Amino acid sequence: MPNDTTQLDATQTPTADAAIEAPESKDAPDSVGIVTPVSYHFDEPLLLRSGKTLLAYDLMVETYGELNAARNNAILICHALSGDHHAAGYHSATDSKPGWWDSAIGPGKAIDTTKFFVVALNNLGGCAGSTGPTSINPDTGKPYGPDFPVVTVRDWVKSQLQLMDRLAIKKWAAVIGGSLGGMQVQRWAISYPDRVANAVCIASAPKLSAQNIAFNEVARYSITSDPNFHAGRYLEHNTYPKQGLMLARMVGHITYLSDSAMRAKFGNAGSQLENTTRGNLGRDLRSGTLSFGLNVDFEVESYLHYQGERFSSNFDANSYLLMTKALDYFDPSVDYGNDLSKAFAGGDCKFLLVSFSTDWRFPPERSRELVETLLKAGREVTYLEVEADQGHDAFLMPIPRYINAMRGFLDNAYKELVCDAS
Amino acid sequence: MRPDQEIIQRWIEPDSRVLDLGCGDGSLLANIKLTKKVKGTGLEIDSDKIQTCVERGLNVIEQNLDAGLWNFQTDSFDTVLLAQTLQALSHPDQLIDEMLRVGRRGIVTFPNFGNWKSRVYLSSKGRMPVSKFMPHAWYDTPNIHFCTVRDFDALCKEKNIKILERTVVNLKHEGSLWMRLFPNLLGEIAIYHIARS
Repeated sequence: MPNDTTQLDATQTPTADAAIEAPESKDAPDSVGIVTPVSYHFDEPLLLRSGKTLLAYDLMVETYGELNAARNNAILICHALSGDHHAAGYHSATDSKPGWWDSAIGPGKAIDTTKFFVVALNNLGGCAGSTGPTSINPDTGKPYGPDFPVVTVRDWVKSQLQLMDRLAIKKWAAVIGGSLGGMQVQRWAISYPDRVANAVCIASAPKLSAQNIAFNEVARYSITSDPNFHAGRYLEHNTYPKQGLMLARMVGHITYLSDSAMRAKFGNAGSQLENTTRGNLGRDLRSGTLSFGLNVDFEVESYLHYQGERFSSNFDANSYLLMTKALDYFDPSVDYGNDLSKAFAGGDCKFLLVSFSTDWRFPPERSRELVETLLKAGREVTYLEVEADQGHDAFLMPIPRYINAMRGFLDNAYKELVCDAS
Repeated sequence: MRPDQEIIQRWIEPDSRVLDLGCGDGSLLANIKLTKKVKGTGLEIDSDKIQTCVERGLNVIEQNLDAGLWNFQTDSFDTVLLAQTLQALSHPDQLIDEMLRVGRRGIVTFPNFGNWKSRVYLSSKGRMPVSKFMPHAWYDTPNIHFCTVRDFDALCKEKNIKILERTVVNLKHEGSLWMRLFPNLLGEIAIYHIARS
């Protein structure tokens, strides 16, 4: 669920702005370099889960690597709550930050663009170029705002299928995603089992728990109760619910980190957890003294303010509401008498699942539930429970065990699909 | 191929479903996937060995056997393997039950503590045997439940488990007529093919 760009800040100091990435990394041999997004227009109406229809829509897409002649080396990347199509590389020579999953996608990286053709898109309802609440509603000539229909994971995957057909790809070599992205991976395996050869589902869950939904509701309530929300028509009032978005993001961000990650990050400037922060608990002060007032005293407070501030100026509030609803509604078992294993009964794609020890948003138990379900469905599963301090955020980090397993899994996929077939 | 693996292979039916408990680096699974076209899955907790399995294209699940096989359906495999792991389990008897719930048949191999070398070591020195066969000191060993061929026979009888076949080999995984005649005295590694009665 974490954001595309803010995750990368998790390794930076709270006050540091984005310009941390070394400029030469654009030319690094393992970077996809400068990339240009492409918008695809679709005129075929998309019947949504809610019963509503989107008559036409656009999807903003980035691709990395080359599609081979057999068109069997394509990988789909599904983004999480606030991610988008910009998964790897840079948009310009002066761009300071790479795409949200640059650590995993590139020449020679785990998702190797010298082997695979990698497709990443912004999902419907998003705010990075695909049709969403900030797009113009053809019926009114004004932004959709709150009138944009509620989209579900199933709807996204349906639109991703349209994109797949447009690109003339018969079967994805792999569909990969973490968190909410992992839910799209599950949906692919359920709805279009013949179109997926491998499914990589990281730090995800078969559906949200009450606690997960509760955090989403706090986020939504903070947005909708902001006086600048204007029932979702804030753009027409030339404003936006900045405070609400900030608060939503601050709460969300706490759930992406682990207690231990926060102790390490804000304890003596993030030095060795074991040696120096045991007594500190991550209580580093901003200025070295307490203010005895309502000022920001601790580094962690400053960090959350920074994250909220940055996010609120980059993300659309209505999109955020839609994405959290998509999370809440995800439960593919409802069509199968609440037995998810029946949902996975068709198809023969192989699964790789990974969870992280300190992830309390989608903890290892949730992935183990999925493993059990897939085994019950007689599916081929590989599962890793990776020790990592970073909480839910870990899925965006280059943690060696996790990255190496994904590389090994995809290398085998490549051998089986591309090498053995040719 | 190690002779014990060769023996195990003979007991695996082609195109069957095999669950390997404590699959290590997956060498056995990889082999029977190739020669017997089995649909295999391994359970392992060592991260390096899991990575090797992944690189070999095997299905491997990170799972501690002491937690049981709760996530596996009854009768979901044809054969469940437990090679050289029995002695390291907290509840070996319970895992044997679980094996024969999840699979129709089981294959179990373990170091035979009843071997004459252990007996001589213990009786002459009066201390727990430490050798190439059992290289750990008593206080620092993963092997917490040693048993002998006769012990395992007794367990199977108690649990009403059918022994389809039993064989023993030495550390070089060689068998002999003498070992067949005196398995508990001469066998160093015991290999059992078991089933529900």
